[in-house]
Amino acid sequence: MKKIIAGGSTDATGLQVALPRAQAAGGRSTRFLESEGLLAGLLLAPTILLLGVFIAYPFIMGVWLSLSNTSVGNPGEFVGLRNFVKAWDDSIFQTAFRNTFYYTFFATVLKLALGMWLALLLNRHFRGKRIIRASMLLPFIIPTVLSTFAWRWMFDPTFSVLNWLLYRTGLIVTKIPFLSDGDYGMWCAIVVNTWRGMPFFAITLLAGLQTISPDLQEAASLDGANGWQRFWRVTWPLLKPVTLVVVVFSIIQTFSDFQLIYVLTGGGPANSTHLLATYAYQVGVATGLLGEGAAISLFMLPVLFIVVWVQLRYLRRLEGA
Amino acid sequence: MVIERRWKKWVYFYIPLTLFVIGTLFPFYWMVITAIRPDAELYRSWRAVNNAPFWTLSPTLEHFRDLLAKTTFPYWLWNTFFIAVVSTGISLFCGLLAGYALARLKFPMAGTLGTSIFVTYLVPPTLLFIPLADIIRSFQLGNTPWALILTYPTFLIPFCTWLLMGYFKTIPKELEECARIDGATRFGAMIRIIFPIAVPGILSAGIFAFTLSWNEFIYALVFLSSPERKTVPVGVVSEMIRGDIYFWGQLMAGALLGSIPVALVYSFFVEYYVTGLTGSVKG
Repeated sequence: MKKIIAGGSTDATGLQVALPRAQAAGGRSTRFLESEGLLAGLLLAPTILLLGVFIAYPFIMGVWLSLSNTSVGNPGEFVGLRNFVKAWDDSIFQTAFRNTFYYTFFATVLKLALGMWLALLLNRHFRGKRIIRASMLLPFIIPTVLSTFAWRWMFDPTFSVLNWLLYRTGLIVTKIPFLSDGDYGMWCAIVVNTWRGMPFFAITLLAGLQTISPDLQEAASLDGANGWQRFWRVTWPLLKPVTLVVVVFSIIQTFSDFQLIYVLTGGGPANSTHLLATYAYQVGVATGLLGEGAAISLFMLPVLFIVVWVQLRYLRRLEGA
Repeated sequence: MVIERRWKKWVYFYIPLTLFVIGTLFPFYWMVITAIRPDAELYRSWRAVNNAPFWTLSPTLEHFRDLLAKTTFPYWLWNTFFIAVVSTGISLFCGLLAGYALARLKFPMAGTLGTSIFVTYLVPPTLLFIPLADIIRSFQLGNTPWALILTYPTFLIPFCTWLLMGYFKTIPKELEECARIDGATRFGAMIRIIFPIAVPGILSAGIFAFTLSWNEFIYALVFLSSPERKTVPVGVVSEMIRGDIYFWGQLMAGALLGSIPVALVYSFFVEYYVTGLTGSVKG
């Protein structure tokens, strides 16, 4: 240990390593860094600066915009809560609002169920496990927009391979209007979201599963528990903490989703598949009504706030324990 | 081991796993097959008798040729790469310093700061893009790569900090104390003792951050406007659909080429990526 550090002292005059006397003599430039408070301030400065300018400031600005009638090229003035009231009475907004909850709920439930199932499968020993586990994560790393295009092409009204498949296997006699019907469109989006997010659940839950000792399963099995009981009474309770964290992350991402809907349906047909984020984009950016757009996206805040609060409370409890 | 009968293993294991594999990978297969299929075969009605959708006997590279010759795709690829690398670099730098400070140093408000950085991690870009667009415009950054290089760290830094903080906490304090007894300054010990040990953590954070920035869409969509400045996801969406017509061959070729770099990075560092992924939620 001593050798490495002594070697390190030969270069860099600013870093007085292994020579206590030299440090006492000079090195004022580094000595003030011995104060933990000062050093911490210095180390945190770039982060605080960037997050302050590009998160805190836009957030405050967003709240101000939502209370004004600003549009592109028009600085706007204070209008109180008019934007929020207007959005609330708008039927497209109401659909988008409902869709956002619907989409988040079903996509999260499906991701959790399928992700758990996949994690349990991957937790076993079999040949080619590494490569299968690696390839299962592909939907999660490939840019969402690009893979969603592949899905859009699979759902194409005239050339859909899924329709061909279902038709040939005799499951349907006429084509399914995947994206040209609002209800089907919403479910297509839920399927694609599940496909994309399920690997994240699976891999994170798998990491949780691997911390559970196989002895517990063995013991439960000796006591006569069947597979379902072993999962429900042994595995699931131990997996709950990881699950909660993953679900919180997924809810935030799904609730604020934009790109999937933007590419898959563009909010259509007839604005029936908008989410809050895509509708905020349509009003705020495509139409240029910044104030109204900002108000629409701020409707996401209460839900996000509750979810984050649950998460924080949970983390506190973990640290306290 | 829990012993099972053979048919049970098929029903409960092989069949479900195979279905998962097919379901997960089919869209990628579909991307490939569409990208190399000639147009004449591509646009056959789903009910046509001679439709054989799962393979092609006359594969072609025509879509790739068109993509590279008729669009600014190579620029998009370079832009995406450049922006992802620089913003990952900035985020790692900030995350390393901040993570160390939060994990090791005692100072007033340490807890509050840690919590607020964690909370910013949970603020989605879709909540901020409208006011940010206004800010980017007033900073004169619109339509430049810097609009993204400076905003991507907002979702990368919190995650890097969080991950590295967890990593630093696993490194025994004694290592640092030894170095300090030998006369190293706190700063020196951080740079020479702690950071080298944290290289696997840094790599995990870096890989994960790189894939996140490669994936980002809404900021790039809102902040960039001229075709040759765009990133791959935005370019594919906004430049490759002319009027109402989708050129599916070219689109899928673009999707494929745009996915390859990130897939390559991933395949070389799967383990680090998985560590980053699981660490990003557990901290």
